Amino acid sequence: MPFEYAPAPESRSIVDIRPNYGLFINGQFVDAKDGELFKTVNPATEEVLAEVVAAGQSDVDSAVAAARSAYDNVWRDLPGRERAKYLYRIARLVQERARELAVLESIDNGKPIRESRDVDLPLVAAHFFYYAGWADKLPYAGLGPDPKPIGVAGQVIPWNFPLLMLAWKIAPALAAGNTVVLKPAETTPLTALAFAEICQQADLPPGVVNIVTGAGDTGRMLVEHPGVDKVAFTGSTEVGRAIARSLAGTRKRLTLELGGKAANIVFDDAPVDQAVEGIVNGIFFNQGHVCCAGSRLLLQESVAEEVLESLKRRMARLRVGDPLDKNTDIGAINSAAQLAKIRELSDIGSAEGAERWSPPCQLPDRGFWFAPTIFTGVSQAHRIAREEIFGPVLSVLTFRTPAEAVEKANNTPYGLSAGIWTDKGSRILAIADKLRAGVVWANTFNKFDPTSPFGGYKESGYGREGGRHGLEAYLV
Amino acid sequence: MSENRLAVRKTYKLFIGGAFPRSESGRTYVVTSHDGDFLANAALASRKDVRDAVRAARAAVGKWSGATAYNRGQILYRIAEMLEGRRAQFVDEVRASGASGPGDAESTVDAAIDRWVWYAGWADKVAQVYGNANPVAGPFFNLSSPEPTGVVGVVAPQSSPLLGLVGVLAPVIVTGNTAVVLAAEDRPLPAISLAEVLATSDLPGGVVNVLTGRVAETAPWLASHMDVNALDLTGVDDPALAADLERTAADNLKRVIRPSAAPVDWYADPGLSRLTPFLETKTVWHPKGL
Repeated sequence: MPFEYAPAPESRSIVDIRPNYGLFINGQFVDAKDGELFKTVNPATEEVLAEVVAAGQSDVDSAVAAARSAYDNVWRDLPGRERAKYLYRIARLVQERARELAVLESIDNGKPIRESRDVDLPLVAAHFFYYAGWADKLPYAGLGPDPKPIGVAGQVIPWNFPLLMLAWKIAPALAAGNTVVLKPAETTPLTALAFAEICQQADLPPGVVNIVTGAGDTGRMLVEHPGVDKVAFTGSTEVGRAIARSLAGTRKRLTLELGGKAANIVFDDAPVDQAVEGIVNGIFFNQGHVCCAGSRLLLQESVAEEVLESLKRRMARLRVGDPLDKNTDIGAINSAAQLAKIRELSDIGSAEGAERWSPPCQLPDRGFWFAPTIFTGVSQAHRIAREEIFGPVLSVLTFRTPAEAVEKANNTPYGLSAGIWTDKGSRILAIADKLRAGVVWANTFNKFDPTSPFGGYKESGYGREGGRHGLEAYLV
Repeated sequence: MSENRLAVRKTYKLFIGGAFPRSESGRTYVVTSHDGDFLANAALASRKDVRDAVRAARAAVGKWSGATAYNRGQILYRIAEMLEGRRAQFVDEVRASGASGPGDAESTVDAAIDRWVWYAGWADKVAQVYGNANPVAGPFFNLSSPEPTGVVGVVAPQSSPLLGLVGVLAPVIVTGNTAVVLAAEDRPLPAISLAEVLATSDLPGGVVNVLTGRVAETAPWLASHMDVNALDLTGVDDPALAADLERTAADNLKRVIRPSAAPVDWYADPGLSRLTPFLETKTVWHPKGL
């Protein structure tokens, strides 16, 4: 019997969404020169939230020129301690406006307010706070005695953690003395535009941060722009590959944080209840729109049945619905296109012979929704075991020996993250050594911190974001 | 030694998986000194040789990356010892190749030996310098450590056939990567002689594989090989070819060192700039609790 909860919606009166937005270039919101307008919608209701600009070539040119001018004339030569103070200001402004930004994020993205409020926003502020402190300590970062900024960074971010990905990109870039042109994702531009206001409130020198909204075409114009010295991209491996190709033969520097198909390995001595919480957090956090999601569950055969039973019981308690409701566990799928992709791959999973299960779950009539789903009887050849679904869909496989677990975990072109659940310390360390993944969570999952480097092996990209390592991408 | 004695010449072959095979293609090409004198027929490596070399390099990854850093450091130091013992031979070969860089042949060989010693010492220090603990805001143990990326394809510098080669090879293998090296195209002989040094230094077979031949022919196969994790294009002198190789390398997102914008001074302190591009950072989290 599911618990009955009274609705506990967070008020949206705290946000003030304008009917339309321009581009943020050189410290000002400006109208598009050659960009066209498009609409951003609330994925939970399909309600149109605002009209924003898909920046065109002249718009991108202006933004890059503004960033270049700010780099040459202001930011590059500003003492690190002064850059630090701007970043601390931004961190404080984010904290001050955290509730508003959390609500706005949930409205534009569809993620539960519990996550935007308790995970995204605290991490955004912490990220600026962390890198602020580096700005006047760069020679101590162990990256050479006299590290220098690279120049203008062109940054393209995804829709799954819109403001957090912005922070991951902008904070280290600015701390290191670069200026940026950032393009938020097509479906989630609003918090980036709110961040532009924060830059104004912080009196950040014009042109140090420029925000150009738009879709893939705008992103391409930005990363291929000859005035850009450094490109940072977070998104799909397919697009990452295309960017790497387009930068071949240039002197531009590139970091990529791409897809994943993480194995979450549960050994027979793992505490089952904790492991189940970790499995749920691993795949259903943020609707599974997480590049490091634990989307392949590897269960040791002897405990597979017990873990699955417990997992299903837990999944039946997950509450899917209004992202602004404080009790919601799983919010809306970010877009119609993403929902179609999740549905397609799930149907393929069934067609290829895996067994599909979802708890009874009433989904809202409007908006984009997908019930939490697991597939059992999945083989390594199945597409749902190989391809990133980027939704609340878990593929369950089994193994007998630790060696088999490692073999299966590494049997993927990706290498972003992995999970290990066992009570045995020496096994954790031995398995962690053998996993080809940039982040290994042992007896935990989906933990993030500004001090902790994040990024992948193999086709999950290159470079690290966060921590001391994250500075390397923005210094020469 | 009798003045009439006829010298016994060496056959220069490839170095794959710890053995010295000829090219499977049966092809060779003439290598001459800078005066145009015949030096040797070097093996003209083919696509199949590249694939064999990558297979050998991949097979060697587990053992080499799993060796202790102390052990790897000892083996790199052993390479320096072996090279020192054959110093005179390398001086002759570098001199014959006509490309000893700014220094003379002797100083080139000395610098190459010293470079192995320098990198040998990094084996058990790079994790301490490039990795670190992270003070996360919560009750977690959190440690970032560098690990080798895997198989690295290396196009060795064309103008510095020994020192340049050591300068690109040592930083690749010291951290536990394995390498497939395309030797300097027109000056390949010091690379094959270096392979003889490697073969007698307790370096496991397959950790370094050396191919001689045409860069334009073999490098594209290395760039497109899906079991190669990274590419060092330092020795690609043709910018159009370098761009093509980089583009191909994107197919599986190889880590790439582009050809340097300015000529490289192989005598200068190399820093970590050739070491860190072939490292992955792994961060391990674990909760703390009673």
